[in-house]
Amino acid sequence: MERVLTKPNRCKQCSLCVDSCPTKSISFSEELNESGYNYTIINHETCTACGICYTVCPDGVYEVLGDK
Amino acid sequence: MAKSRKFPESIDRPMGFCPGCGHGVVIRLIAECLEELGQDKNVIYGIGVGCSSLLGGGLETDRRHCSHGRAGAVCTGMKRVNPDNIVISYQGDGDAYSIGLAETTAAAYRNENFTTFIVNNVNYGMTGGQMSNTTLPGQVTTTSPRGRNCDVTGYPLKFPELVANQFNAAYAARGCITTPAQINKTKKYIKNALEAQMNKEGYSVVEILSTCPTNWGMSATESKVKLEKDIIQYFPLGEFKMREVK
Amino acid sequence: MGDMIKGNEAIAEAAIRAGARFYAGYPITPSTEIMEYVAYRMEQVGGAFVQAESEIAGVNMVIGAASCGVRSFTASSGPGMSLKQEGMTTMADENLPVVVINMVRYGNGIGTLLTAQCDYLRETRGGGNGDYRCIVLCPDSIQEAVDLVTLAFDLAEKYRMVCLIMSEGALGQMMEPCELPPMQEAKKYSWGFDGKYTNKLIGIFDRDSMKEAEELNDRYNRVKENEQRWEDNYLEDADYVFVSFGLPGRSTIGAVEQLRKEGHKVGFIRPITVWPFPEKAFEKINPNVKGFITIEANATGQMVDDVALTAKKKFERNVPVFCNPHVYGVPAMKTIKEDYYKVTAGEMKEVY
Repeated sequence: MERVLTKPNRCKQCSLCVDSCPTKSISFSEELNESGYNYTIINHETCTACGICYTVCPDGVYEVLGDK
Repeated sequence: MAKSRKFPESIDRPMGFCPGCGHGVVIRLIAECLEELGQDKNVIYGIGVGCSSLLGGGLETDRRHCSHGRAGAVCTGMKRVNPDNIVISYQGDGDAYSIGLAETTAAAYRNENFTTFIVNNVNYGMTGGQMSNTTLPGQVTTTSPRGRNCDVTGYPLKFPELVANQFNAAYAARGCITTPAQINKTKKYIKNALEAQMNKEGYSVVEILSTCPTNWGMSATESKVKLEKDIIQYFPLGEFKMREVK
Repeated sequence: MGDMIKGNEAIAEAAIRAGARFYAGYPITPSTEIMEYVAYRMEQVGGAFVQAESEIAGVNMVIGAASCGVRSFTASSGPGMSLKQEGMTTMADENLPVVVINMVRYGNGIGTLLTAQCDYLRETRGGGNGDYRCIVLCPDSIQEAVDLVTLAFDLAEKYRMVCLIMSEGALGQMMEPCELPPMQEAKKYSWGFDGKYTNKLIGIFDRDSMKEAEELNDRYNRVKENEQRWEDNYLEDADYVFVSFGLPGRSTIGAVEQLRKEGHKVGFIRPITVWPFPEKAFEKINPNVKGFITIEANATGQMVDDVALTAKKKFERNVPVFCNPHVYGVPAMKTIKEDYYKVTAGEMKEVY
C-alpha cells in the first residue's frame, strides 16, 4: 500500500533520502525527470512511512499520508 | 498509523538550490512552524542576497529581496510599521556577517521584534565559494587558496553567542540540519524564535549550520559528515539565550 | 503670513502633515535638525522613528516601511547622500514612493559645511546603478519648500517614484515666515505588504526586462510631459536669459529686476523641477536670444549641461550658454550682474 507519495520532477538526485532511509527502501530510477535527474522510487513493500525521507529532503519530493 | 507530512503550501514549488543544499530543509522548517503557529498567512520575509535570493523563485508570500546585507534594516522598517505581521529576515552567513554585519548586529542591539534566520555554510555560496567570516581556520576557499589564515583574516564569527552575551535580546540559538534528530531540534529552535516574536518578547535569532555540497566539493551525504566532524566544534549547537518565562 | 520657522523644521513638519508616518536616518550637517525634529514629533502622531546606525541602514529601513505602504521619508547631505545611492536605485526598481531630502553641502568626499548646489548632476541622473530617474524639486524659500514637500509625496504616490527635495544647507538653517499646510490623515497604500500576500509578486526569474524597460520609459515620458514646473519672466524680449534654481535662483531674480531697471533686456527661468527639466519654459523665449547664463553654486557648472541640451533642442542655431560657477554660497545680486556685464563685454567664454 502506498503510504508515501513522491513528486519525481522535484528530485535532484542528491541521495540524502537514499542514504537516510532506515529500511533502505529508496532507490534511483533508470528514467530521468524533466530536469535530467534520476528520480527516487520507493519500495512500498519495505517502506514503513517513518517520514525520514520527508525530513531530510530539501526539495519537497515526499508526502507522507497518515494521521494529522 | 504514520504522521502525515506535507510540504507547506507557501514553498511548494521548485526552487533553484543545489542538490542536497541545506536551504531547502531550513525554509521548509520555517514554513512548517508558521503553519503550525497559524501565521502562514501573516508573514513578510526580508530575503538576503546570495543563495537566499533563490527563495524569490518559489516562495509565495509577501517578501522583499533586500540589498546585500541590509535585511536587518529592511526588516526593522517593516516591523516598525506592521507590528502585527510576522517579519522574518532570511540570510546567509555572507549577507548577515560580512557586508551586513552592521545592520544585522544593530537590529539585535536594538532588540527589534523580528526573527532572523541565518544559514551558515562557512563560505559565500552563490558567488562560487569565497571565504566568509565563518570560514574555518585552514579551510581552502577560492579567496583563501592556501587555507584560511585566521591571524590576519579573523576567527570564525559566533553571532548567536554575541547576541546572547552582549545584547538584550529575547532568544538566540544555533542548530544544524545533519540528522533527522538535529533537524527536529532545529525546528524547535525556529518555533521558539517565532513564538518570541509573536509574544512581542524582542529580537530572536537562529543560526543554522548547513551543508554546501557544491562549494565544499563533495556529495550531500559526505557534506553532512564534514559538518558533524569539522564544523560543529567551532560553532556549538544549542540555545544561548532562552526565552524568559513571564 | 505665517510664523517664523527654521527651514529644516518646516520641512520636517510639512512631511508629517503630508501623512508621513515613518522616518529613519542618521545625523549629518546641515540636515540633522530634520531628524531631531522628527524624533519628538513622529511619536506625537503615532508614527515610527528610528535613528539608524548609518545612512545605509536608514534608507533600507525606509525601504522596508515604504514596502508596507506607509508614507516614509529620510533626509541627508553630502557623503550621507552618497551612501544612500544603492537604496535609491532599489526604491526605483521596487516602485516605492519615498521622499528623500538632500540639504546640499559643498565639496567632494567629506567636503565642507558650506551651502551649495554641487549634487545637481547626480540627483538628476541618478547615482545608483541602472537607468532610473527621480523627480527632483528645488525650493527657493521655506514656504516653497513646505509646499514642495506636500507635492513630493503626492507625485511620488502618483508615479510610484522617488521624489527628491534638493535644497541647500542655507535654506535649512535660515528662518522665514511660513504657512504650514493642514494635517492630512495618514493612510496606507493598498499595494503595501499586509502579511496576507494580497498583492502577488513576480518571481525573480520571471521578470521581463524588455517589458519593464518599456513601462519605465512610458512612465518617465508621462512625468516629463505633465510635471515640469518653473517660474519665469521677461522671456519674450530677452537678449539674455538667466537660468538658476534654489536660493541662487532667488538672487538671480533680484539681479534681473535690477538689470531691467538699468535698461538691459534680460529674462530668467527658475526651474522648480530640475528633473523633469522645464523644457517648456524655453518655448516663449525671444527667438533672437543672444545667450543663456546659468548661475550655480558649484565648482564645474552642472545645470549648464541641461540648459545647453535644451537650447539645442529648441533653437535651430547655436545659442551660446555661459556659466561662471560660483562654487558655494548664494551669489549676491551684484555678483550675478557682474557675470552679465562680462558676458556682454565678451570677457566670458561660453561653455557651449
